[in-house]
Amino acid sequence: MSEPLEINVWPGSYGAAAKPRMGFFTDTSICIGCKACEVACKEWNQIPASPQQGFTGHSYDNTVDLGADTWRHVAFIEQRKPVGLDSAGGSLVDAAALHQLIDETGLGTYQEGDGLRWLMASDVCKHCTNAACLEVCPTGALFRTEFDTVVVQEDVCNGCGYCVPACPFGVLDQREEDGRVWKCTLCYDRLKDDKEPACAQACPTNSIQFGELTDLRERADRRLNKLTEAGAEHAQLYLAGDEDGIGGAGAFFLLLDEPEVYGLPPDPVDTTDDLGSIWGAAGIAAAALAGGLLAAFARGRP
Amino acid sequence: MSRSDSAAAQVREYREEPRSYYGQPVVKEPVWSWEIPWYFFTGGLGGASAGLAYLAERTGNEPLARRAWLIALAGVTVSPALLISDLGVPRRFSNMLRMVKITSPMSIGSWILVISGTTTVISAVHATTGLLPRLARLAKPAAALAGLPLSTYTAALISQTAVPIWHEARRELPLVFASGAAASAGAAATALTPTRHAGPARRLAVLGALGELAAVQLMEKRLGGLADPYHREGVERYTRAARVLTALGAVAIAGPARRDRRAAVAGGALVLAGAVCERWSVFKAGALSARDPAYTVGPQRERIRTRRGRGASRRGTPDAASRPL
Repeated sequence: MSEPLEINVWPGSYGAAAKPRMGFFTDTSICIGCKACEVACKEWNQIPASPQQGFTGHSYDNTVDLGADTWRHVAFIEQRKPVGLDSAGGSLVDAAALHQLIDETGLGTYQEGDGLRWLMASDVCKHCTNAACLEVCPTGALFRTEFDTVVVQEDVCNGCGYCVPACPFGVLDQREEDGRVWKCTLCYDRLKDDKEPACAQACPTNSIQFGELTDLRERADRRLNKLTEAGAEHAQLYLAGDEDGIGGAGAFFLLLDEPEVYGLPPDPVDTTDDLGSIWGAAGIAAAALAGGLLAAFARGRP
Repeated sequence: MSRSDSAAAQVREYREEPRSYYGQPVVKEPVWSWEIPWYFFTGGLGGASAGLAYLAERTGNEPLARRAWLIALAGVTVSPALLISDLGVPRRFSNMLRMVKITSPMSIGSWILVISGTTTVISAVHATTGLLPRLARLAKPAAALAGLPLSTYTAALISQTAVPIWHEARRELPLVFASGAAASAGAAATALTPTRHAGPARRLAVLGALGELAAVQLMEKRLGGLADPYHREGVERYTRAARVLTALGAVAIAGPARRDRRAAVAGGALVLAGAVCERWSVFKAGALSARDPAYTVGPQRERIRTRRGRGASRRGTPDAASRPL
């Protein structure tokens, strides 16, 4: 594997105009699934209706995934857990009785501890430190702002679509009506006016926290340790360090289960790390083609 | 157990206990439409034909050179048309030339296409009309050289994505595309050139076809279980058609096409069709692997398990909670 390509765009190229790195800490443990973030985002950024919007059958999720018209997406996960056995220390007989009661009364939705747990999480563009979308963009439409966020310039994007499969999180997508690619801007316009992004402002539980990344990381560490101490065994911070495959993210998360349960990749990488082997292989193949062409004429007769 | 085999085991394990969000994809499949696999083909055809034409000219084979320049011209004319038509905002195609960006194979490729296109047009004009002799003296070797990366950068382009079976095949895909380009250029020239002048074209077609078959085998072997999308419903027919058509065409070109013009046309058409199917097979298999979260999550979990990947999650340390930060 080749050395990662270091491009010091932020804060270097901004000089004195550089601002502290801003981001989101989304604490999913206190998300109540109200979707105020989705609505606030749509209102502020004037985003059209999500194409897949409607009844999906996936719990209360009606927008399915992030895309050109969904910049905040609230995931709803219903997990069936062994009834009360491990937490309450109850007997198998108790558990069986509880199961029977649940079946008889036809109770479908119940709270944590009663056999089903809800996971709700508001997903968003991660504003990666090493952003594959930005690196593959051939027009420079995707750029890094003075807040170290990643934004698409809609007056430059020509809809080549390269960033769509390049993103390890499947965040970006093309809007069919205008052919361009859209995603979360971390409310770049509001940040310039010292205002917090619309989703964070609308969040009633402070599940979406906005601020300087260094502060958010400290806050997240405290929260994680508290939850771990309280016995949330799968609680984890996702994308909260600099050591992962994307060099850390501007938007990171506190999750209560493994990332893939929320539709997030457990080990995302910026494929630019392999740029050396990618171009190397293309070069070797081009040389092989030259060799083949020469070999075809090797007998030297017409 | 090889690295890719254990990744395949992870895919299987993942299927037994699905850990996904309602089976939704983790990464987005490409939004590119039919123009792109066809462009992979026409770019390779045009690029390798320029090299064939240049060498034919240098060895005094004028009939082959003229035809190969015209094939190259067709390739580099159709290619940008396909690319522009696939853009979401076609009238903004020139934004591709706002910058030169090494991390974006599409950016580098746009420049390669500009250079290859310009020099090939000049070369073809000179080869057919005798005009622009001075320009052509520079343009011809340049077109031949630019045709080489034109035939392989598209493989770099799709490898530089999060599509699992493209990125994991980044070492083999350029060989598949380069040999496919050689086979296409040889096959097209074989079909259009009188048999007694088509010797080098036939050899290039057969070499390319054999190389393509071998490169695909190598790619699938290295991918191990991750090669599975190449044999799933909706992709398999392209994968198999590519093999059968390429092999049959190569046999025809190596044998009867040496004397029989009709066999040359048939063999050429078969190899060309095989190269088209191969590009479609790669394109469709990639999209399928992106759609299925098992191909994304399985290998990533395997990386974490074998400590080749650090993962993106961090657990808490309970006692730290009471300590002030």
